[in-house]
Order: sequence, then C-alpha cells, then structure tokens
Amino acid sequence: MHTSPPATPDAVVTLRDVHKSFGPLKVLDGVSFEVPRGTVTAIIGRSGSGKSTALRCIDRFETIDRGEIRVCGHAVHDPALDLRRLRQDVGIVFQSYNLFPHLTIEENITLAPTAVKGLARAEARARAAEVLAKVGLGDKLQAYPEQLSGGQQQRAAIARSLAMQPKVMLFDEVTSALDPELTGEVLRVIEALAASGMTMVMVTHEMGFARGIADEVVFMHRGRVHERGPAAMLAAPTTPELAQFVGSGL
Amino acid sequence: MALNLDFGAVLERWPSFLDGALLTLQLAGVATVVGGALGGVAAIGRRSRYPAIRRLCEVYVEAIRNTPLLVQIFLVYFGLASLGFKFSAVTVAALALTINVGAYTTEIVRAGLDAIPRGQIEAAEGLALTRAQIYRHVVLLPAIERVYPALTSQFVLLMLASSVTSQISAEELTAVANYIQSDTYRAFETYIVVALFYVALSFLMRGGFWALSLVLFPRRRRLGTPL
Repeated sequence: MHTSPPATPDAVVTLRDVHKSFGPLKVLDGVSFEVPRGTVTAIIGRSGSGKSTALRCIDRFETIDRGEIRVCGHAVHDPALDLRRLRQDVGIVFQSYNLFPHLTIEENITLAPTAVKGLARAEARARAAEVLAKVGLGDKLQAYPEQLSGGQQQRAAIARSLAMQPKVMLFDEVTSALDPELTGEVLRVIEALAASGMTMVMVTHEMGFARGIADEVVFMHRGRVHERGPAAMLAAPTTPELAQFVGSGL
Repeated sequence: MALNLDFGAVLERWPSFLDGALLTLQLAGVATVVGGALGGVAAIGRRSRYPAIRRLCEVYVEAIRNTPLLVQIFLVYFGLASLGFKFSAVTVAALALTINVGAYTTEIVRAGLDAIPRGQIEAAEGLALTRAQIYRHVVLLPAIERVYPALTSQFVLLMLASSVTSQISAEELTAVANYIQSDTYRAFETYIVVALFYVALSFLMRGGFWALSLVLFPRRRRLGTPL
C-alpha cells in the first residue's frame, strides 16, 4: 500500500519518492512519508528492507539518487545543501553509541556546543549537566565512556545530541546492542523525550515500544513503504507482509 | 691477549662529550617536534579528498623510506650548497633528520588514523563539527594514543640515527667521539663512553615521552586502560 499523501504544512521531515541504490542493489525504491512536528514515527521492517538507509538519508549520511527530502526547511536532496546547518537542526543517535572514548562524558557533551555553536564553556557545562540529568546520568559528568554500561553510554549519547538542541531526533536501532534490561532504561528516556514534544524518527526492532510510543508506524519492505498508519495498525495489519512480520515476533 | 682499558684520557674530555650529547639531543628535539608535525600533516594529507595532495604525500613517504639516511643527508647538504644556500652543518643535519623522521611519522600516524572507527567520525559529523574540528577533537589524539609506542620508538631511533650526521661534521656525540679517539688513541674506550651516553639519552627521551603521555592522554592516566 504505497501512497503519496498530500504535504502536511507542519511536517518537519518529508521524504518524497526517494530512490537510492548501492551499486546494483536497490535499497530505496520510491520511499515517501512525512513526520509532523511533535510526533514520533517508528520505521520498522526486516533487515535489508531499507529502513536504516532511509533514516540515514534524512541526515545526509547517504546521498539519494532521486526524489526529495526536506528537513526543517533544508532541501537535503540538493547537492548544494549546507550540511552543517542541517545537522545543527537534526540530532542522530546510533546503535553503537559512538561516544568519544578519550573524552569524559561532560567533554563529549560540551564539544559540539562550544565548537559549533560557540557557547561559552561555563554555559556548555551547565547545559551538559542539564541534559545528563534529563537522561538520569547527572552523576556521570566526569566518567569516561568505558566506565559506563551500554545503556548508560546510549543515554549519554542521547544527551550529547540533545545538548545541540535539535529540532528533530533520529534514532537508528539504538537498543539493538543492549540486553533487555538496559534496553528498558534507554526506551524510558526516549519516552520522556516524546512526552516533552520532541519530533522523532526511530528505526526500531522493539514492536511493543513502537506500538506504545509511535504516532505513526512506517513498515518498510523491499525498499518501499509497504504499509503506514497509526500504531494501532500493528494490531490489525492490512498486508500479509506486515502480518507476517509482526507475527514473527521480531 | 689481555684487555687493557684505560678511560683516563677519554674521561678527561667529558665536557666535549657533554657538548656533543647536548647537540644530539637538540637535533633529536627539533626533528621530533618539526618532523612529528610534518608527519601529522602528511598523514592527514594522505587521506585528502584531493588526489594530487594524496599523491604528493605518498611520493614523499616512499622517497624517504626507500633511501638511506646518510644519502638523504648528503642530498640536502650538497643540494642546498649547489643552489647557493650556505647553511651550517648543524642546520643541514636538523633539516635532513626532520625530513627523514617526518616520513616515518606519516606512516605511523596514518595507521593510527585508519584505526579510528568510522562511527566516531559519523557521530562527530552528526554533531555538525567541521572536518578540521573532527581531526582536532575526535580523531587525532586517539589515533596518536593508539600508535604512541611505535611513534616514540621512531623518535628514539632517530636520535640514535643522528650519529650519521657526523659525516657532514655536525659536532654531535659521534663526531665528538671521532675526534677524541683520534686524539687519545683510545678508540674502544671512547666508543664505550659514547654508547653509554646514547643509552642515557634514550632513557631521557623515553622518560620525556612518558611524561608527555600523562598530559596528552588524561583518560589513560586516570583509568590505565588502552584505548
């Protein structure tokens, strides 16, 4: 059920007929969806369905072959895009945390606000304390990443993104490297973020979580948006592919 | 035949040894600082998006790594002279050693840069850091920390190799020894003393690099774990 809905004026992220190939491999085959302000969109699908690639295209970690992507007023498909301005509006969190191992958690968080936004050191540190408190790591300012558990590292990575005060947050399978207990603590942080009105797009394998938090679910299959709708659609899939995917318990 | 060692005449010349050792240390210091910086720049240059810069850095590294240091010294020495430049032997020695160690540093730092996970750079890009900021804040120090033992060994090796600059009469430790042994006819004793001086200089440098590592790598100082 691949449709191109009319543009929502309040969309923070819009993908329109996005095509992307890696060599002969077609990864995105006409992907369209949009993310209204203050909503959470969960992208689900099997490995290789193109969901991570779609997410990475939003922050221009992949360039697209054809189509249109607009994010917070930036024309992401335009080769002349000012990448750094786009990325000041977009926060991205990765599966493997990617904290900078040689820097303390505080330094991890203050780096971009001072270097990119020119924030004074004292101000950046205050902001670091604030975002770390938000993710429940207020006491870890002076710790190094390796001293934290995986869940704590992922929460610190979320805090690092938040310190740049992005307009939209992207989460790329951020709990896939964590055991169920640590997954829970990260998901609770994301839930709180959603409740605060942050616009978010997440690629996730956590079906229960997607159902609970997402305003909209985008089910990708073979490089296309196969089915999309409110989270309730996971309980009543209209396509056999989604039914099978949800049924397989992934 | 019995070994007959007499250090008396040799040790009388200790101020000369000390002067030579000091010059050796200065040569090594200049080449380490300038050559190290040169190597860092060339290592980044080898990853440039411009093929011409990559090629240039590659040619530099290969040219140096495939020719003997002594020949490089002569090339600088006679090359500058034939171009009409008049530099002292010490200046030429410092220059040649710098160029030499810069090439080896390039390869070592490059290995460190290659060991930085792609995700580190993506995370930094995602935070809107510029390429220069990414190198400065995210990539360079962890890269250097990973190859620090190889890097410091290379600099110590360079200090030892600086002995060949005695060939152009830079009055460093080995050149001094050459004079002293021909004055005293106590060649074996002289070179025993010189060898001990080199050992002492090596330890001095290694100690210096260890102290520097405490400043450069505060994480390692605090946690004691490899990166």
